[in-house]
Amino acid sequence: MNHPGMINTVSNINSNTFEWSEENFSKVKTIIDKYPSGKQQSAVIPVLDLAQRQNKGWLTKNIIEKVAETLSMSFIRVMEVASFYSMFNLEPVGKNFIQICRTTPCWLRGSDKLLEVAKNVTGCNLGETSKDDKFTLVEVECLGACCNAPMIQINDDYYEDLTEENFKHLLLKLKENEKISTGSQIGRQSSEPKRK
Amino acid sequence: MLKKEDKIFKNLYGHNDWNLKGALDRGIWENTKNILDKGSDYIVEEIKKSELRGRGGAGFPAGLKWSFMPKDSGKPHYLVVNADESEPGTCKDREIMRNDPHLLLEGCLVAGFAMRAHDCYIYIRGEYYKESSNLQKAIEEAYEAKLIGPNASGTGWDFNIYLHRGAGAYICGEETALLESLEGKKGLPRLKPPFPAAVGLYGCPTTVTNVETVAVAPTILRRGSKWFANLGNPNNTGTKIFSISGHVNNPCNVEEVMGIPLKELIEIHAGGVIGGWDNLLAVIPGGASVPLIPKSICDTVKMDFDSLIKVQSGLGTAAVIVMNKSTDIVEAITRLSHFFKHENCGQCTPCREGTGWMYRIMKKMILGNIDSKGIDQLLNVTKQIEGHTICALGDAAAWPIQGLMRHFRPEIERRISEFNKKRKVA
Amino acid sequence: MPYITINHKEVEFENGMTVMQACELVGIEIPRFCYHDKLSIAGNCRMCLVEMEKSPKPIASCAMPAAEGMKILTNTKNVENARKGVMEFLLINHPLDCPICDQGGECDLQDQALHYGFDKSRYEENKRAVKNKHLGPLVSTIMTRCIHCTRCVRFSTEVAGVDDLGLLGRGESAEITTYLEKTIKSELSGNVIDLCPVGALTSKPYAFKARPWELNKTESIDVFDAMGSSIRIDTLGKKTLRVLPRMNEEINEEWISDKSRFAIDGLSKQRIDTPYLLKDGKLVIAEWDEVLVNITQEISKRGKENTLALSGKFTDIETLFSAKYFLQSLGSNYFDCRYDNVQFIENQRASYLFNSSIQEIDNADAILLIGTNPRWEACVLNARIRKAYINNDCKIGLIGKKLDLTYKYVHLSDSIEHINDLLNNNSPFSEVLKNSKKSLIIIGNSAINYRDGKEVLNVCSEIAKKYNVANNNFNGFNILQQDISKVGAIDIGFYNQDFAQNFDQNIKNHINKFNPVVFLLSGDEINHSILEGAFIVYLGHHGDDLAQLADIVLPSPAYTEKSSTYMNMEGRVLQTTRCYHPLGVSKEEWKIFRALSNNFSQKLKFNNLSELRNEISNLFPVFKEINNLPSSSKLEFGSSTKIEDRVLEYNIKNFYMTDVISRASITMANCSREILNKVA
Repeated sequence: MNHPGMINTVSNINSNTFEWSEENFSKVKTIIDKYPSGKQQSAVIPVLDLAQRQNKGWLTKNIIEKVAETLSMSFIRVMEVASFYSMFNLEPVGKNFIQICRTTPCWLRGSDKLLEVAKNVTGCNLGETSKDDKFTLVEVECLGACCNAPMIQINDDYYEDLTEENFKHLLLKLKENEKISTGSQIGRQSSEPKRK
Repeated sequence: MLKKEDKIFKNLYGHNDWNLKGALDRGIWENTKNILDKGSDYIVEEIKKSELRGRGGAGFPAGLKWSFMPKDSGKPHYLVVNADESEPGTCKDREIMRNDPHLLLEGCLVAGFAMRAHDCYIYIRGEYYKESSNLQKAIEEAYEAKLIGPNASGTGWDFNIYLHRGAGAYICGEETALLESLEGKKGLPRLKPPFPAAVGLYGCPTTVTNVETVAVAPTILRRGSKWFANLGNPNNTGTKIFSISGHVNNPCNVEEVMGIPLKELIEIHAGGVIGGWDNLLAVIPGGASVPLIPKSICDTVKMDFDSLIKVQSGLGTAAVIVMNKSTDIVEAITRLSHFFKHENCGQCTPCREGTGWMYRIMKKMILGNIDSKGIDQLLNVTKQIEGHTICALGDAAAWPIQGLMRHFRPEIERRISEFNKKRKVA
Repeated sequence: MPYITINHKEVEFENGMTVMQACELVGIEIPRFCYHDKLSIAGNCRMCLVEMEKSPKPIASCAMPAAEGMKILTNTKNVENARKGVMEFLLINHPLDCPICDQGGECDLQDQALHYGFDKSRYEENKRAVKNKHLGPLVSTIMTRCIHCTRCVRFSTEVAGVDDLGLLGRGESAEITTYLEKTIKSELSGNVIDLCPVGALTSKPYAFKARPWELNKTESIDVFDAMGSSIRIDTLGKKTLRVLPRMNEEINEEWISDKSRFAIDGLSKQRIDTPYLLKDGKLVIAEWDEVLVNITQEISKRGKENTLALSGKFTDIETLFSAKYFLQSLGSNYFDCRYDNVQFIENQRASYLFNSSIQEIDNADAILLIGTNPRWEACVLNARIRKAYINNDCKIGLIGKKLDLTYKYVHLSDSIEHINDLLNNNSPFSEVLKNSKKSLIIIGNSAINYRDGKEVLNVCSEIAKKYNVANNNFNGFNILQQDISKVGAIDIGFYNQDFAQNFDQNIKNHINKFNPVVFLLSGDEINHSILEGAFIVYLGHHGDDLAQLADIVLPSPAYTEKSSTYMNMEGRVLQTTRCYHPLGVSKEEWKIFRALSNNFSQKLKFNNLSELRNEISNLFPVFKEINNLPSSSKLEFGSSTKIEDRVLEYNIKNFYMTDVISRASITMANCSREILNKVA
């Protein structure tokens, strides 16, 4: 499936035991408190997300087990959740996790071309991570920003209204570790009709 | 065209402050207590009278749905807001949540109170990171201003709102899959009956409802059900946010009156079809799950639930995906088939096995690499899925293909015969 | 009762039934894969679709509650098409490997494809391939065959109570596995093989051994614990290839333990199939005539009135009865069944039976476990306790060492001393018992295998009376016996008062005093050291440790090779069925005693099995009726003595190796290594 979020196995490459950072440990408590007592399993998605953030964007075997322990769940139930949802990566990803939307609204407006640009600039094929760990390139299904198509997501942020040119520019900046601005790349506010 | 003063979403594009201060300026949270003081039966009745239909896709009468909540179950009641906006083409709730979150929060209090719920969970798709940050901030502001929390807005009603982020699964937009996910499990739709109003979150009475539906409720109650019902057409009332994407000059989200002609919607708000109206090939009028309609229908069709049903399509989430004549229409639908293959939960047989099969046939059809019986076989497969699954995803996967075949069969037959000719020559 | 209309016919149904169950009332069988009576409803296979009036879509009959006035159609074109469609979907990614599939011939998918399948596939794409998963030494997987019905997942979480199996991923890449392919840690895991409607989960030890239609199928009774579960034994020639559960709601529902199912390879290992005689310090093969003469001489030489007979785990009623009357004919009353020192109160049936019946566990809302590990002593019964825990929110308390029972319980104490507190209203469980509508006390071996066993029984009886566990209408005072032989042995009086309280010491004293002939009736678990000085005649089927110590070894058939009468823990009379003739020249024990009696003055009166059984029922009428639950015995004993502190350790240290058959089983050795990390 060429997406680290869409696999059914978990590995332990380069990972030692996982312990919650002090800050995250208290966050876990806050998250669990959102749900009625005894329903701490409800916290499994946010808690996995927190752990993934602490671990450079992916989940290891030790994390699965730690989360299970934290929420009094069995390993297999946590693993089911981790493997079901596409945002949980079960393999390491690069510093910039580039997800190119491939669904019809973005495709109509040229997402295929963005993919070519991304391949060229990052040197990655779909599902690959660059040697310098700077980029991981994947295609994803609709990210729900169709009025700003074509768009991509890098880590937490959306980059919208892309063209081959502005996308290439954006990636090159990333390559040079320069700051890039999120959202519309043509200066549009949200999904307003284009300013005349 | 919708008059400016009739707009509910006054900060859809975020031109103004989305925080509490801005919200108060727009009249949000203004005497919410007055609304609640009229009682929950009054609220439900007004929503019924407004003829508001759910904005999440199915168009079920909202007031009726809210009235299904039991009067005295002895268990906690829950309001769950479906903010898992994932239907391809749809990006309206996103704008509400990042640009006018308090509109939603006030709606939560009103709707929650009407359902006798003290707790509300907003389930937002995980990818909407920025949207969830704004919403979380707004929730904190509302708690601080005592608009929600104990004795919310001075009403004597305790009301909590919690934000819950998903993690990437279209199926969690299905209400019972959403509840499963909220309970910390895989998003597998539940068997119905029982319905959530009887057995929902944690086995308690629950109503799951779309962001937009909740967000319009306070305005309806302030301005009266009559005002809302007078907008649009009977049974298709009020205003609606349309997401216009694809081959238009100015893709955008826009709030318009229900029943606006499709052509008007595209030409006035989206700057027209790229290449002009005559360059239009087809439109998917309600998100990926509804069948497309060709230009001939687009010329006249009105954008509401009943009008679109009449042309064998649907309003869905009112996500208008416009395709002009440069589009490979087969690939456009194949991409949707890929979407459903990727996003079905795998729980029940027809989707798990059928969506992949359909996608693979569709993929061959792009080139015409299939025998002449292929089209009917594919249609037959869609019929074997449709109506046979636990949730509506099976139907959603079948309909786009059925729509394609209904209107573009000659195009596919042409590709098949051309491909076969070429093969013979080779 | 309400009515539902099925195919235009009105049918009366019970509230709570599903449409599928209502259809079954009128003999309409609805095809299904995921639905199973004993599991939660998943509704995912979609094979059971039927039409319902007013519903635009067909409904899943397994999940839809039947309701008054509902109109159902099961035989329309639409229904047929829906099922055919589902069948086609199930088959497109299912391999066409029936000829090499162990499920072939007893496969739900194969059977239903006959009715609903197309004769040709329209699917031209590549079939999905799924990697096989390692689930342990018992369950073999060919996951490409899996149809994702999730019966196995539901069984392991709901019935077995081990959260090991799951469905990972989603969509067409969803796959069943354990977490990181860990072994399933359940004693009931073999049941997933029966539950799997296709050949995805099959029996590892049975792999490629036979086809179902070649097998001889015999209905019989399981002997590995005291439940007497209903089983079917599948044999080919003189080999037992499979054991499967038979449905029996009153005892084992549809389950059996992994030991019952898989220890059977032990039946063909280390077998004794000919008599042996100790000559010059070595056991050598001998003839029957020779050994019988030898035994007769030894009995006479050592004093026939001192002759001793001790029974074991598998000793059947026929053996016990003939041994007892043979010994009595010699003038000896020295026979006993208490090798494990488990105590009971003479002439008080309630002191050694599972009085409430096994099925009543379903209705319990409080259960007090005293010195028992039901998970290992009677796994299927433990699954019932779990069922009560889930369905009735049954509260469970345990006196004894902490352990994983697959359900939550209150750990009251390690020590038996705690029963004093219960009697005095000082236990945290006192309130639970007081508030309970139907409670049970279940007492295990380790509570009563000490010299104060009788006192413990008396105190527990007082507790039962005090908390209304037992009353005039119901007796919830239960002993969980471990051996299928035990209750019957006590009932026919196969014990001697002189040996009570401290079996080992008393037997040792007897042997030291008389150096008698000792008949060990498959008594393999007897403490070897107490036998020193005796002339040991071992009757049994396995050359286990004890046979090595014998002076004479007599081959007798195993439970698959003879028809035996047993009494299970409830006091229910059960009979095994012979599947094939005994190995070699082995003989049923009663024939041996009858032959021996010929050498003495008083011949045993019976000439064949039916005469023997008549004789037994004449003297012990309880054996007249087979399969029936006996009427409940009253608690007519009890006294309050202070019980001394004693930590309760459970006697079974390795579930997979508890007797001669399982100790000889390679499969069981694999289980103890892989599941318990024990080296055999």
